[in-house]
Amino acid sequence: MISQIVKDRLISIVGIENVDDSKAGRLVYSYDATPQFQSLPDIIVSPRNTQEIAEIVKLCSEFKIPIVPRGSGTNLCAGTCPTEGGLVLLFKHMNQIIDIDEENLTITVQPGIITLDMIHAVEAKGLFYPPDPSSMKISTIGGNINENSGGLRGLKYGVTRDYVLALEVVLPNGDIIRTGGKLAKDVAGYDLTRLFVGSEGTLGIITEATLKLIPMPETKKTMLALFQDIEAAARSVSKIIANRIIPTTLEFLDQPTLIAVEDFANIGLPTNVKAVLLIEQDGSKDVVDKDMEKIATLCLEENAESVEIAKSEEEADALRTARRVALSALARLKPTTILEDATVPRSEIAKMVRSINEIAEKYQLNICTFGHAGDGNLHPTCLTDVRNTEEIERVEQAFAEIFEKAIDLGGTITGEHGVGVMKAPYLEWKLGKEGISAMKAIKTGFDPLNILNPGKVFAKDSRKRVVIST
Amino acid sequence: MKSVTERKIIQQGFMDRMDEDELLNCMRCGFCLPSCPTYIESGFQELQSPRGRIALMKAVKDGLLEPDEDVERSLSLCLGCRACEPVCPSGVKYGHLLEEARDIIQQNKKQKAPVKTVRNAVFEGLFPHQNRMRTVTSLLGIYQRSGLQKVTRKIGFMKLFPESLATMEKVLPKVPKRKEMNNRPEFLPAEQKRLKRVAFFAGCLMDTMFLETNNGTLKLLQKAGCEIVIPKTQGCCGALHGHSGEKAKAIEMAKLNIEAFEHTNADYIITNAGGCGAFLIDYDHLLMNDPEWYPRAKAFKEKLKDITQILVELDFHKHVSLHLPNQCITYQDSCHLRNVMKTAEAPRLLLQSIDGVQYYEMKDADRCCGSAGIYNIVESEMSMKILDSKMKNVIETNTTTIVTANPGCLLQMKLGIEREGLSDKMRAVHIVDLLIEALND
Repeated sequence: MISQIVKDRLISIVGIENVDDSKAGRLVYSYDATPQFQSLPDIIVSPRNTQEIAEIVKLCSEFKIPIVPRGSGTNLCAGTCPTEGGLVLLFKHMNQIIDIDEENLTITVQPGIITLDMIHAVEAKGLFYPPDPSSMKISTIGGNINENSGGLRGLKYGVTRDYVLALEVVLPNGDIIRTGGKLAKDVAGYDLTRLFVGSEGTLGIITEATLKLIPMPETKKTMLALFQDIEAAARSVSKIIANRIIPTTLEFLDQPTLIAVEDFANIGLPTNVKAVLLIEQDGSKDVVDKDMEKIATLCLEENAESVEIAKSEEEADALRTARRVALSALARLKPTTILEDATVPRSEIAKMVRSINEIAEKYQLNICTFGHAGDGNLHPTCLTDVRNTEEIERVEQAFAEIFEKAIDLGGTITGEHGVGVMKAPYLEWKLGKEGISAMKAIKTGFDPLNILNPGKVFAKDSRKRVVIST
Repeated sequence: MKSVTERKIIQQGFMDRMDEDELLNCMRCGFCLPSCPTYIESGFQELQSPRGRIALMKAVKDGLLEPDEDVERSLSLCLGCRACEPVCPSGVKYGHLLEEARDIIQQNKKQKAPVKTVRNAVFEGLFPHQNRMRTVTSLLGIYQRSGLQKVTRKIGFMKLFPESLATMEKVLPKVPKRKEMNNRPEFLPAEQKRLKRVAFFAGCLMDTMFLETNNGTLKLLQKAGCEIVIPKTQGCCGALHGHSGEKAKAIEMAKLNIEAFEHTNADYIITNAGGCGAFLIDYDHLLMNDPEWYPRAKAFKEKLKDITQILVELDFHKHVSLHLPNQCITYQDSCHLRNVMKTAEAPRLLLQSIDGVQYYEMKDADRCCGSAGIYNIVESEMSMKILDSKMKNVIETNTTTIVTANPGCLLQMKLGIEREGLSDKMRAVHIVDLLIEALND
């Protein structure tokens, strides 16, 4: 619990209206979007600027109070669930665009701005910020940076990390530092900017960010390829990339997902095929045309049942929407939806999809698969019910096997959701003991008192690896 | 502060009555946050969001949290606009959860005597009785016509009331005389060819204060090729009760209405108020635990249509010529018409088919205007915040006419115009009244 002394000092820093320790207030910040995680914080504080954050951090370090920075709480790894109590730090006051620099093609923002609001502001100037996590309408840029979020355009344009140029960070001792700058080249010392991106709020509190923008692509085309064989679809993905074409988007949906999406959205999707690929390319018109033609040929060579290019922007938008609502549609089928995030090198997509289906069958579970096939980032999604404890146990075993398989194929346990608490027990599988030690050394270096988002990334116990026969 | 026993009883109510499946259905993804007016206007407080409110309801049911003042405050600050429902991936029926929770709290709460008296007078004494509604409305008419209104304004009497109420007094429509409210035939033939037989749901407020709009609705229906039955025994829809935690009374009203419309043999039941329509269309939910009434409610629900829907379905706008003096128009969605009755295209299509009208869509037209039944009176502060944001978007469209499809929204928009001091250049009008204006007879 937080003592009255600490509470009074917090009030003197941010004002009484920005401190809340009511029961209801604490309850509504006890969760994020991750199923099965809930834990009450002791107090909620909403600072108005960097200076106030520095003072809060100093106070927390004096009293060893955990700090959990939080944007909109949309993350899927329990990264913002206050599992060890303490102070939840909200960024609702810090949501401003500081500047859009059209000469250097950068935007500087406060962390609490909603990503889509920022994208709208950028696009109004004819510029382009490519990372587009599915949650962008709700999530904040600070959260995107802390989780290193991906999105549908990741294949061609990369993820959040590739667009962060500079950060202002409050360190766990209260120091304020600035990393990077509006520079294309900068090799002055360690790359702290990259270290903070994806650090899940465990190393410092990001209070300002400068992001790289690029010119808006000239045109864009959207295509849907239908397959009666999941592996043929997966092979097409590898073949497209092997043929030196990098589409903007290369998304995969399996049949159960297709049926759910069509039931929900009624947009005339084919539900009689085993898999579809949603493919988009952008750039100059002649390149887009040439690429789309070549992609169509490659899909047909892999026995695609049909390949169709959207005739209008409305049609293209309907297709994109279909992919975006995949999770939504699946969520309606069962009380609990567990969306996972296993990622493999894109050449291994076919094997991974096949393994997911085999594992689902082995454990008698309903697992649908969709995801960013082009970058190897799959979202096997289990439809279940948390109240069925016996089934939930099987779900956990199945996902352990799925992660195991992903690693065996040269992949990872999370492609874009982050480790948080959810994946912490598996991190050692990916990094090895030595890798964990190296990371822990960094954590201890920055945060010797372990007050910043404790309990995240590093698990108390790692799970034993299961051995799968292949 | 609520007493310990009171809190315990309310908590037990949550345990017994809140739908566990529906609460669990919320996957906490937060997709509802950007659509919630109170979340936005409160400066992004999770406590004032649908995700937060569902978490509170679940925590009370799970015994994690007592139903304290903060819980009650959060639930009562919800507008009930249900904008969170269409954007919810899991399809959580938030509106139903809210109604149930409010009913549990309201029915088990010790009310202070004056509050009890007022609630009784409004919910039991006034709305369920159309003749009393007429009396009260005609009193308002006397007040308006006798010169008393002028006197009241002059001495600043209304300054004693919350700002929204004081302004509301200015924007109330000129109500009809009692005599005009009493005489309505039970049957009206179609003009020319009969295409459909419809039953008209007259509503309580719509059939008194907004009598003109109801008359207009009937005229439009006749012109569109409908013969109309208007059952005499119908009453108030019960929305006001349902939304304020008076579920039992709402059920009573629902049964009365279902019975009144059952034997009309109509193809459709037509409403012209988004708020009523949405409550009527939920009768099956209200009566879901009643094996006798549930199927009857379901049959009732399936016939329900908003006036704009049927006009578009019968191609009214293609068969008649609609014309207005040149003007720029924008449309403010009724939350319940859009989010519950799923009618958003039809009114826009009708407006765009009027000659002389330039239609501009305003930013966030689908966001609540803050009216929400009696919300603008009981939660005046939040309501006015929401209204001010709305008026900013209205003003940006540079239009002179704001069209609405629900009496509450209509009054609220009038109030907004008044607050902005724009009453000499801008007006708010119900879509039915505008279509009547546009008819070239």
